[in-house]
Amino acid sequence: MLEYYLQLLVNGLVVGSIYSLVALGFVIIYKATKVVNFAQGELLMVGAYVCYALTVQAQVPFVAAFLLTLGFSVVLGLAVERLALRPLIGEAHISVIMVTIGLSSVLKSLVQLFWGTNIQVFPEVLPNTPVFIAGMPVSPVYIAAFALSFLLFAGFSLFFKYSRLGIAMRATAFDQQAAQSMGIGVKNIFALSWCIACVVSCVGGVILGNINGINAQLGYMGLKVFPAVILGGLDSLLGAAVGGLIIGVLENVCDGLAKDVLNLSGFKEVAAFVVLVVILMIRPYGLFGTHEIERV
Amino acid sequence: MELLRVENLEVVYNDVVLVLKGLSLSAAKGRITALLGANGAGKTTTLKAVSGLLHGEDGEVTDGCVLYDGAPIHRLPPERIVRAGVFQVMEGRRVFEDLDVEENLRCGAFTRPRSSFAPNLEKVYAYFPRLKERRKQLAGYMSGGEQQMLAIGRAIMAEPRLLLLDEPSLGLAPLLVEEIFDIIRRFNQSEGVTVLLVEQNARAALSVAEHGYIMENGRVVMEGPSKDLLNNPDVQEFYLGLSQGGEKKNYRSVKHYRRRKRWLG
Repeated sequence: MLEYYLQLLVNGLVVGSIYSLVALGFVIIYKATKVVNFAQGELLMVGAYVCYALTVQAQVPFVAAFLLTLGFSVVLGLAVERLALRPLIGEAHISVIMVTIGLSSVLKSLVQLFWGTNIQVFPEVLPNTPVFIAGMPVSPVYIAAFALSFLLFAGFSLFFKYSRLGIAMRATAFDQQAAQSMGIGVKNIFALSWCIACVVSCVGGVILGNINGINAQLGYMGLKVFPAVILGGLDSLLGAAVGGLIIGVLENVCDGLAKDVLNLSGFKEVAAFVVLVVILMIRPYGLFGTHEIERV
Repeated sequence: MELLRVENLEVVYNDVVLVLKGLSLSAAKGRITALLGANGAGKTTTLKAVSGLLHGEDGEVTDGCVLYDGAPIHRLPPERIVRAGVFQVMEGRRVFEDLDVEENLRCGAFTRPRSSFAPNLEKVYAYFPRLKERRKQLAGYMSGGEQQMLAIGRAIMAEPRLLLLDEPSLGLAPLLVEEIFDIIRRFNQSEGVTVLLVEQNARAALSVAEHGYIMENGRVVMEGPSKDLLNNPDVQEFYLGLSQGGEKKNYRSVKHYRRRKRWLG
């Protein structure tokens, strides 16, 4: 029994780490440009499919394919920013949000156009034999997924804390015009944030593809980002990490509980959103989100 | 020698509002020049036209030109203008509140090579020892005076040749105003930086500047050496609040003020 829940916990952490990655992309875009990106899940899907096309259809070795996917995601980020978002700089927020919704449809349709809607499976990259951690079998893919997410998070945290560009991005997020007056090219910062968001989402997509295989529904992962970021705080990197993990664990454990105790299935899909509603009621700026600094 | 020359500048906001109506001024190299005027005269717009920040707020230079070191810069994006050595300290301090003091200063140094960061940081801390004490503190939690020091510190980090200061005295206690202006003067003297200073506090501004311009309704209506301006009876009356005899004005003469002021514009 306990083992069953521990297994759910591990599953939750792994799925949660992917949510965290997607949430990271979302938060970076929101922080730097104040755009709520509804296409985050579709970016993940595109990454997964491109990696699939390279490994399975073009027979490129996985590591090379992974790196190529990263390169592709950088280009994708730049293209999306340039073509869809830059023309809207200075327009009302609602218009920009509508554009990201449109973008999500376009990306989804493109994927279906090229690869159809069937489930596709990645070749096995890591061995299938489970590793035992504290007596519990854990698949190596899970460990790799978790480690990779963790590394990316650590890397970006350091980037935002210490690098010149990272600090410039935070400055731009706080006050665009003041950042401009420092000689920070705000347009470049926007492009950079879309790049980063694309890269982390694509990595999430590749990991997810390795675990579950991919289909055209993958984009709905993007919806799970909302509970995660609202739980963590829309503008907090740490919040994205913790929020993603909590949502991942919660939905798996709740789902398990509902099946086990109430004999109900399908609770997975709603658990996260129940959390979302509760959070919005008691702590609308999230666990780690910033309140406005007020001097008294 | 002049470092900055603005000729017949016309600026329109949102395609309709004409804010600057043929403004001309120049800033002599290595000197402090003051630009004075009442609210809405177009002082801030003038600075933004020079620094290029106008582009971001639907303002457009429709006529005239801004010459920096002899070359026109009014079509360049702000980051290019900063790289060329023009740095604007915006009105209201505009520090990055969620960044700490040192991170704010690093933003100021964004366009400068990494190697000059450490010596410039030392320079800023020498001008403002208080910033050094608080270097890991979030800028949002500092007092107004400290934030103004930080805003000027960021400018020092950028090693400007032309420093545009927009109301550095805004909202500060008189003693702090004096301290800030003293530092501006020292920075100007030791680094040879050209300063264009926009102020409502005409007395403080004219005390550090060598030359002054007075703006009204988007035009320069008077200019001259600071000493002359300080002694000019109209300036004394309208900007320094003194009547002919050198005494403070009283409310009875407000009507008189309004009549005379129309004449000035």
